[in-house]
Amino acid sequence: MSDVTDLIDRQKLSYIAAQAADARLNVELETEGMTLNIGPQHPATHGTLRIIARLDGEQVIWADPSAGYMHRGYEKLTEVRTYPQVNTLINRIDWLGSFANEVPFILAAEQLMDIEAPARAQWIRAIFFELSRIANVSLFLGDLGVQLGAITPVFMAFRDREYVLNLIESATGGRFHPNFDRIGGLKDDLPKGWIDETKQVMKKLRNFCDEIETLLFGNEIFQSRTRGIGVIPANVAQSYGLSGANLRASGVDWDLRRDQKIALPYDKVDFKVWTHPDGDAFARCWVRLQETREATLIVDQLLDGIPSGPVMAKVPRIIKVPEGEAYVSTENPLGEMGYYVVSQGDLGPFRVRIRTASFNNISIVPWVLRGVFVPDIITILASLYFILGDIDK
Amino acid sequence: MTRSWSAVAPLSDTTATTETDVPALPGDGLREGIVAQLRSDIGAGLVDTLVKPGVDVWARVATESWRDAGLALRESGFHYFCFLSAIDWLPSPFGRGEDDPSAPPPERRTEIVQGYTGGSTRFQVFARLTDIQRHVGITIKADVPDDEQVVDSWTSVFAGADWHERETHEMFGISFRGHPDLRNMYLPTDFEGHPLRKDFPLLARIVKPWPGIVDVEPLPGEPEEADTEGNGE
Amino acid sequence: MIAVDLPYWAQSLLRVLGGTVAVLLPAGTIVYLFLFKMMSFMQSRLGPMEAGPYGSMQLFAEVGKWLQKEDIQPENADKSVFKMAPLVVLLSTFLLVAAVPFGPDAYFTDFEAGVFYALAVSSISVLGILMAGWSSANKYSLLGGLRAAGQLIAYELPMVLAVVGVVIQAGTMNFQGIVLQQNTGSIFGWDGIGNPYILTQFVGFFVFMIAVQAELTQTPFDMPIAESELVSGYMTEYSGFRFLMFFIAEFATAGVFSLIASVLFLGGWGIPFSWFGWTTADSVDNWMNVVGPLIMITKMMALAFIIMWVRFSYPRFREDQLQRFAWKVLIPVSLVNIMFTAILKVAF
Repeated sequence: MSDVTDLIDRQKLSYIAAQAADARLNVELETEGMTLNIGPQHPATHGTLRIIARLDGEQVIWADPSAGYMHRGYEKLTEVRTYPQVNTLINRIDWLGSFANEVPFILAAEQLMDIEAPARAQWIRAIFFELSRIANVSLFLGDLGVQLGAITPVFMAFRDREYVLNLIESATGGRFHPNFDRIGGLKDDLPKGWIDETKQVMKKLRNFCDEIETLLFGNEIFQSRTRGIGVIPANVAQSYGLSGANLRASGVDWDLRRDQKIALPYDKVDFKVWTHPDGDAFARCWVRLQETREATLIVDQLLDGIPSGPVMAKVPRIIKVPEGEAYVSTENPLGEMGYYVVSQGDLGPFRVRIRTASFNNISIVPWVLRGVFVPDIITILASLYFILGDIDK
Repeated sequence: MTRSWSAVAPLSDTTATTETDVPALPGDGLREGIVAQLRSDIGAGLVDTLVKPGVDVWARVATESWRDAGLALRESGFHYFCFLSAIDWLPSPFGRGEDDPSAPPPERRTEIVQGYTGGSTRFQVFARLTDIQRHVGITIKADVPDDEQVVDSWTSVFAGADWHERETHEMFGISFRGHPDLRNMYLPTDFEGHPLRKDFPLLARIVKPWPGIVDVEPLPGEPEEADTEGNGE
Repeated sequence: MIAVDLPYWAQSLLRVLGGTVAVLLPAGTIVYLFLFKMMSFMQSRLGPMEAGPYGSMQLFAEVGKWLQKEDIQPENADKSVFKMAPLVVLLSTFLLVAAVPFGPDAYFTDFEAGVFYALAVSSISVLGILMAGWSSANKYSLLGGLRAAGQLIAYELPMVLAVVGVVIQAGTMNFQGIVLQQNTGSIFGWDGIGNPYILTQFVGFFVFMIAVQAELTQTPFDMPIAESELVSGYMTEYSGFRFLMFFIAEFATAGVFSLIASVLFLGGWGIPFSWFGWTTADSVDNWMNVVGPLIMITKMMALAFIIMWVRFSYPRFREDQLQRFAWKVLIPVSLVNIMFTAILKVAF
């Protein structure tokens, strides 16, 4: 980790020197900083996020994100819903990879009810989980170019993402909000011919990842814009609770699919967990790219091994979850998403605490944006990758 | 389902013993070890624990030891801060928001029953930490005193607790001693009330009553007459 | 102009119309062909298809849309400066096109120091951009304007220095003279395509194209606009007719700089393999006055294609990287180019 510390020290020293020089100049010129409002309507933020930045010329002195423009009160709403109705609600938290939102909640409810979904349902759940990761992160890869000025990759991203969305729609009926998971299994089985088509689509997605790697990541301007920008050391990342690719890009080898026991068949497939020692913006983007490719490989392996059988366990028609508390979290496309479900034996939950990845990911923004230039704000936000619905619930 | 048991861990005002023999649940040495480590760190502060072997571990600490528990856990390997929030154990006086506004509200239970590891107050603050080396997580709870809802802040222990405590403060009204900047997270600055409290109604249902009052079908499998609550008219 | 004796008022009218066409035609063609269609094809989509056959009337539709919009000015804006800024930017384009020769007799003016004049006049647009940024009473516009000021001034120097190599090699600052020098020259005795300076001044050409990309604030040098950060930079508060002027100015200037680059480096209005031994401008046949502008447009499209292609492909530089690139890389390279040109010119 010493190269990260060296990088941080060099960066820190250069920024401190620049700020000291500016301070001397400011005292002479008696200029005061400018307060810039980025958002809530802004092309760069993925939604209505407002960042109040106090600038000194082009350097940020402090930055304060102001979330909540899209707060929908999900934790209050879950208290008046039954468990299947909560499933529909939470689809909409991270709306780009929406099947992934349902999974931790369903698993928590199943843990409380002591029900295990049949093997076929678990495998298909894992396939859709990875498909939602691919759909989510491929949009990130395209959007990364737009934030930095390269306007062409985003169209390729949308074009290739359409294939994945069509797959999801053909199986579940919904492109963006599948609402496919049920307590005890899935709503339906896969349609005929879906497996072969998915294999074709995975090949296309791998091509897309290679294209993006050469077009965007190999570009010298992209590298000079992202290398060394927004370095987050591993201990800071852990104390803020960063998760997903952000954590792995700081060198921490933690992946909930591999390291935590959940009722999804990840122990039966071979996959590599990608980390990067640098912790800068380039590392975060690079890790996400590799993870997308890895996800396509995981889907291929899962498709080869789906067991046959029912897709729904024997579950009473009215679902009443016994008393208890459970916390289940999974490696969602944005990071670690978990639901702490408190049940008191009713038709609906007593309290659900929704732990979203982007909330923690964005809580580090005041720390990481000190002393950066204005264009770097956009780079760092783009590399941290958040969805507004995930921050604001 | 195993329930909480507090047979051995002493409560706060009795003489504290740091090393007591805890008859452990079989099969899960890791989580037992975590509990034992925590007990040795904060002693009498650890009020109650629950270990589900192979699944999870819960611990409840005394309100005064809330910050010390966080510090002790961080020192013993739980560097990863997952989340921090609160639970309001009062049963909602509005039920599930399906009341017919023209009829008087039905009888509901009003006694406060806490969940795992018990408790004695209406509010409890709870947090979750993860140990990345040992692949285990722990949920810690603490009572929030009923008369004055203040607990110590965790911002000096985990920097990420900043935003979580702000959200808990605006949603539940629990103050955090030592937090640098306790302002609203999601809601506007001049918002009155604390929405996630159970006695704060779901405003959508106040504005417009639940549509199912007028036109509800009985749930599948239930007898027709047992579920009438303003059915038809 | 043409070897027909026209009264002075007719000549002036032709000049005015010709100037307008020379500015608007490249702008329109570049916008439709490259911005609408080529960019769309590169991004695997079709682009505008509705207005006219294959969307060819889209530009007219857009112009009409902008013209009929409400004239909005921010309340705190400096009104007179706000209104003048797009005019100043467009003014520099018209002044610039006045120096470009389109044929042996088809030119608007024939300055002896044409190169000097062109480079000087192209800096007027910087003033216009600064005026737009300051007068908009908008922090984003201010940031964009300040960035633009630094960037455009920084990239003036490489542009000038790149052209100096051409001037040394041609021996004259007159645009017409440079065209003739290229077309009457020969490469080691073979005079099929004359001696276009792109072959010997390839370094200068490279530096000039980069500097032009920066002068036009196109990606990768579009920090002043930086759509994902500053919304539209110095153009944020402009809408309707004023935005139309900025829009036309941007693409017209791209066309005019391409014209200048084709004059300086590609041999101007001369057709390769078809230079029939003419020696001076007077001895060139009259039909070249008609063919010459067509040749110029073709060469302009080729260079504008390169400018636009780079625009759609690259991410953008941060402005300190931009400045570093200009001062530490482009200027030394162009100075070395001048040195070598001078040495080789004297040696041969």
